[in-house]
Amino acid sequence: MTQFIIRRTFYAIVTLFILSLTIFTVIRLTGDPVAMLAEPGARAEDLDRIRSEWGLDRPLPVQYLAFAKNVLTGQLGQSFNYELPVSTLYFQRLPNSLELALAATLISFVIGIPAGLISAVKVNSAWDNAGKVVALFGLAVPGFWLGLVMILVFSVWLGWLPTSGQGGWRHLIMPAVALGWYFAASLLRLTRSSMLEVMRSEYIKLARLKGLPGYAVIAIHAFKNALIPVLTLAGVNLVVMINAAVIIEVIFAWPGIGRLLYEGIFQRDFPLVQGVVMEAGIMIVLINLVIDVLYAYIDPRIRLSK
Amino acid sequence: MALLDERSGTVLGGASPPAAPPAAIRLLRLARELPVLPMAILVPFILVALFAGLVSPYDPTDPIPGARIFEPPFWVQGANPAALLGTDFQGRDVLSRLIYGARVSLIVGVTGTIVAGGIGTTLGILSGYLGGWVDQVIMRVTDAWLALPALVFAIFLATMVGPSMWNIVLILGFVYWTRYARVIRGEVLSLREREFVKLAEIAGASRLRVILRHILPNVVNSAMVLASLTIGVVIIAEASLSFLGVGVPPPQPAWGSMLADGRSMLMVGDWWLTVLPGLCIMMVVLATQLLGDWLRIRLDPQLRNL
Repeated sequence: MTQFIIRRTFYAIVTLFILSLTIFTVIRLTGDPVAMLAEPGARAEDLDRIRSEWGLDRPLPVQYLAFAKNVLTGQLGQSFNYELPVSTLYFQRLPNSLELALAATLISFVIGIPAGLISAVKVNSAWDNAGKVVALFGLAVPGFWLGLVMILVFSVWLGWLPTSGQGGWRHLIMPAVALGWYFAASLLRLTRSSMLEVMRSEYIKLARLKGLPGYAVIAIHAFKNALIPVLTLAGVNLVVMINAAVIIEVIFAWPGIGRLLYEGIFQRDFPLVQGVVMEAGIMIVLINLVIDVLYAYIDPRIRLSK
Repeated sequence: MALLDERSGTVLGGASPPAAPPAAIRLLRLARELPVLPMAILVPFILVALFAGLVSPYDPTDPIPGARIFEPPFWVQGANPAALLGTDFQGRDVLSRLIYGARVSLIVGVTGTIVAGGIGTTLGILSGYLGGWVDQVIMRVTDAWLALPALVFAIFLATMVGPSMWNIVLILGFVYWTRYARVIRGEVLSLREREFVKLAEIAGASRLRVILRHILPNVVNSAMVLASLTIGVVIIAEASLSFLGVGVPPPQPAWGSMLADGRSMLMVGDWWLTVLPGLCIMMVVLATQLLGDWLRIRLDPQLRNL
């Protein structure tokens, strides 16, 4: 087990190294970061001043070491606009993003898991077909458009809910539905296929053969095991929602991490954009590491294989 | 290779396979089998996008001469008969912009998917067939790129590269190739051990020849199934980038930026400016999803439950 943890941690570090190298290279390959920092039409000597101020005139390996040091010390560089370390800004916004992501996860659970369960238990029934339609629309209807339509119906026409901002649950409900919508569809699909797989297994046949009533087989034996991949997906989804809810947060003026990234884009705050992207990558690598280790803890076959 | 083909022919009793019908006839047969609903949605969008210059009543980037801004569509009282679906915030024809927007969405969706599929399939084959350190490097890079939420990565790249339609195509290709690489690599790992590949290697075929003649044709089906899943995602991603103002640059019409432009009028109840472009996105993505489901069942019955 210790060996497994060490190996997976090593992989995670390699992944983070490549990730930081990718971000570092992309910035320097795709354009001049100085041109992003400076006002359009800035004089050449101003550009040079900015270049030396940000260390962009130094050799590339030196620049990379400085960048890596910033990441490792947890600072992620200094935001140009806020004049604060990016990590400070990121962790200021984190609770807001977490609140929204948790609400969206709850909604995706409430829609996705029961619907997937019913679809799997009653395969090819009307319920299953209804589930397929929901899954299809979940992937085809962009969440941000759903958000706008909800604003139109519930705020503008009916006047039930506030259009934007952060406050009580009434502020939370529309952005959470818009964000959780897509994830509900993916949970539905996964719950269904995971349940179908479990229901075909030998121990379910045995449970039926020994005379357990149908609902007990489904609830006690099948559902519990089918839930493992579903909860894994939900865990990854939660981290993605925290970091990638850019459009939903913009539409609903939600002061989260996605909106921080959006502000970074429009204020030409390139250290901020770079830092938020890096932080998102770090969080996802970490959650994957945690999930891998938990899996290995639950299932010895995983920790023994290669 | 001819030697092997002849030999397998004699093993089968020397009977030559029935001559395949001409390509044109095969295409016609395939076209007849295409599912009705998704084609009924897609074909009009494709035709309109192809012949945008002929069917659109006005230039999508110039205001209609003499028209006011935010003129309502035909079903609202006081509509301008010259502009069927009304005008936008610059007095441009909404219908013409929707028509040209179809062109942008479809071009980006299709070419972005091709770029992603090209990169991912190539890397997946190299990784799986060559193995060793090539495999290690490619898979670690894939892990690192998978760690970033796709949309956040795309926003990051778009901010760095600067907006243009073809840049968006490349960016989305660079963001969405990882899934292909993973799946194709897995398939190649098992193909590599199959007898026909071993025989070709023993017969002295070069690595390149084995890849092109024996591996590639056997992963095309999976690549196409993945493409059918990717295209809708790419279309929504383009709309998201355009919505955030880092996608297709104005004045070129894109559904995503039209949605963003119409947002301000949502609050006063002028819903069509946001709802219509969103409906277009939804219908096109829905149709590609349905077409993908059909393709998946046709090409690989094992993937039916995906």
